[in-house]
Amino acid sequence: MPALATILVALLVVWLVVNFAKGPAYFTTIAFIGLTNGALYALVALGYTLVYGILELINFAHGDVFMLGAMFSATMLLSVFHLTPHASTGKLIVAIVGSLVVAMAACGILNAVIERVAYRPLRGAPRLAPLITAIGVSFILEDIAIAWKGPSYVSVPSLLPKGAVFSVGGVTYTWEKFIVVLITVPVLLALTWLVKRTRQGKAMRATAQDRDAAAMMGIDVNRTISFTFLIAGALAGTGGLVYALYFGQVRYDTGYQLGLIAFTAAVFGGIGNLPGAVLGALCIGFIQAFNEGLVWHAPGSDWTESIVFGLLILILVFRPEGLLGERTPEGA
Amino acid sequence: MRRRLGAAISAGWWRCLSVFGLSQKRWRSLPRTTRRAVKGLVWTGIGLLLVAFLGVWEWSALVIAAIVLVLVVPSWNRLVVSGHRIGQWIPTIAILVLAVTYPFYASSTTGVSTGLPQLPVFGTFPLMSTMVNMGIFTMMALGLNFVVGYAGLLDLGYVAFYAMGSYMAGWLASSQFSQVNVRFGGIGVIQGLTGIHISIWLVLLLAGMVTALVGIVIGLPTLRLRGDYLAIVTLGFGEILPQIARNGDSLGGFNLTNGTGGISPIDPPGFGSWLHRHFDLPANFGALGTTFDRTYFWTILVLVLLTIFCSARLRDSRLGRAWIAIREDEIAAAAMGVPLMRTKTWAYATGAFFGGVAGAFYASYNGSSNPDEFYFQISVFILVMVILGGMGSIPGVIFGACFLTYLNSEGLNNIGAWLNGHFGPGGSDFEIWHKPLDVPQYNFGIYGVILVVVMLFRPEGLIPSSRRAAEFHEGVREESLYDVEHGAPISDATEAV
Repeated sequence: MPALATILVALLVVWLVVNFAKGPAYFTTIAFIGLTNGALYALVALGYTLVYGILELINFAHGDVFMLGAMFSATMLLSVFHLTPHASTGKLIVAIVGSLVVAMAACGILNAVIERVAYRPLRGAPRLAPLITAIGVSFILEDIAIAWKGPSYVSVPSLLPKGAVFSVGGVTYTWEKFIVVLITVPVLLALTWLVKRTRQGKAMRATAQDRDAAAMMGIDVNRTISFTFLIAGALAGTGGLVYALYFGQVRYDTGYQLGLIAFTAAVFGGIGNLPGAVLGALCIGFIQAFNEGLVWHAPGSDWTESIVFGLLILILVFRPEGLLGERTPEGA
Repeated sequence: MRRRLGAAISAGWWRCLSVFGLSQKRWRSLPRTTRRAVKGLVWTGIGLLLVAFLGVWEWSALVIAAIVLVLVVPSWNRLVVSGHRIGQWIPTIAILVLAVTYPFYASSTTGVSTGLPQLPVFGTFPLMSTMVNMGIFTMMALGLNFVVGYAGLLDLGYVAFYAMGSYMAGWLASSQFSQVNVRFGGIGVIQGLTGIHISIWLVLLLAGMVTALVGIVIGLPTLRLRGDYLAIVTLGFGEILPQIARNGDSLGGFNLTNGTGGISPIDPPGFGSWLHRHFDLPANFGALGTTFDRTYFWTILVLVLLTIFCSARLRDSRLGRAWIAIREDEIAAAAMGVPLMRTKTWAYATGAFFGGVAGAFYASYNGSSNPDEFYFQISVFILVMVILGGMGSIPGVIFGACFLTYLNSEGLNNIGAWLNGHFGPGGSDFEIWHKPLDVPQYNFGIYGVILVVVMLFRPEGLIPSSRRAAEFHEGVREESLYDVEHGAPISDATEAV
């Protein structure tokens, strides 16, 4: 099997190099799109990884929390802050920060409530029981979105400035892409600080390692789990805002599609591993952008899902611990 | 917490009854049939009162209540005639007779429901086309039950098998591959039509076998993954196969699936002219006209009966016992010498087989296989059927499949119309909402609520198999050594079980 993997990776590299040689400027532009997508996926993938790390539960509803986050953000931006295209920079910053806070709080609380209602009563039940309720909750959230916004797309006009941050040799990096990174990176840094440096983060790591032992050490396990869901929800809310700003179109099923891609990213990097989720998300972002954007022998957007899921299956079968994860008894 | 709430309600209930001189002890000493009869009558009374309160009073409600009471109240399986326990078959046969004769009493020949008066809230009796769908979904749910109910493997991509079966029918019984000209017993195929036309009866079998093979191919690399990873991998396959179907109109220049257009028309089944002449069986289902739906209904009924037979026999076989052993404790089963991979793969293949047959039948009934029908929601829809009825319980799964298919095709529409008529704009009772409520739009939210509520309050399903129920209630004290919520050792809680 290593031989097969080597051949596949070699083919991938050849494909990328040829594409790069055919048009370096175009290739770089596509790579920037991949970076932006990857940053967005990272926000959602971290939510999956945080929850999986602590509960070993695939929180199926996470993608839909993200989708509701995008809807909260759209509502805040358009109906509360009355943001219009070409608004002044000051107003833009105030509106984005204000919407970010609201979306993070709303999604965090929503996620914690979901945990309390649908997952906590099943703490001791067979493993598949909470997964099944998670699927149920996912559908319920989608219908809440339908009831709230209707079954068609909610559109956000393009609010971000499209000017160039820099432009080198025909490659322009636009502000709208840079703002996505600008929102994502501080949130990721804050998360890392929270998990690594604070008391609550220590409790989270302890609970993830061994729930019973953590309880005996005086950690309130249920509160820690609720807190984890709160953080994961807040990350989904951030992702929602970024999605509403950058892509500008949200529908009730947006969360399902993007959630699965983000989950794949989390598994790709090694589920339960925070840097791994970011790395995996960037990889998936690049893969998607290259697949949809490149011209020389790219399968095209019709096949994106198949490629992402094919990748997911290959990883789960051959390297269930992911790129950065440690080998666990889960897979093999 | 849930259990304590239940115990408190039960204690309060018995305290209330003891005021009237009926203690729990005395109740338990009554004969079982009496207890069942009293319980059944009380529930029926409550139901009828509710119906009367809502202002719909039809004699059909009484008739249905009476039928249910007769079937449920007596302990039929205790009836022994000359050494044979024939009693246990009575409810089954009664339901079967009701099902087989359904087209005669409940709908006209054109499939429109006319024979019986309207039901309260639910409106008219299901149409014939809904009944056919019920049969098809029952078959699929029973197929999924092999995987989820017996072997305990969560499969979120069952729709892939359904799609596979459907496309097998599309490939082998239509003009899709017009490059070749193969005929084998195809019924009602116009002379000179190109393409592969094989008799649908054979296609059903072939579809099942090929789909089972696909199940094995999918299963072999993935079945060693643990439960939730397996669920995600199956979901992945459930997304990939339909996408291939959607994009398959030019796979390297070859038109495999005709893309989003789907394959149509697909040949109908039939018995051919010889059987038609000698036994009066329909020669070609496609040319039937008004009795079209009911003929398909009886056919799918036969297929469902076959599936039930296989389900029951396989469950009690050596293989079935191995499935259940794996479900209950994988490590213990492996230690006892159950080959894990082979047993799981067989569960997968068996489930896939029935999914494929049902898919092929569905394609033949609809006359087309269309990629729009295969999406994740359908996988979950079938899963909800299995979970609502009771994982691993054949009557439960049948009930779940019929009920949910009915809800999806007509029930939600009828209930929505009823709700809007009574509580909607200009409603006859009180106007609660002022814009018509589109209930069928929320179908999957409703199924989501069903999933959550069933998993939280009755994880064994509505009609559970006793074994599975015991497992779910035992599982509660399995996980942690220490109850972190109440700070008491778990061993105390076992008394409540």
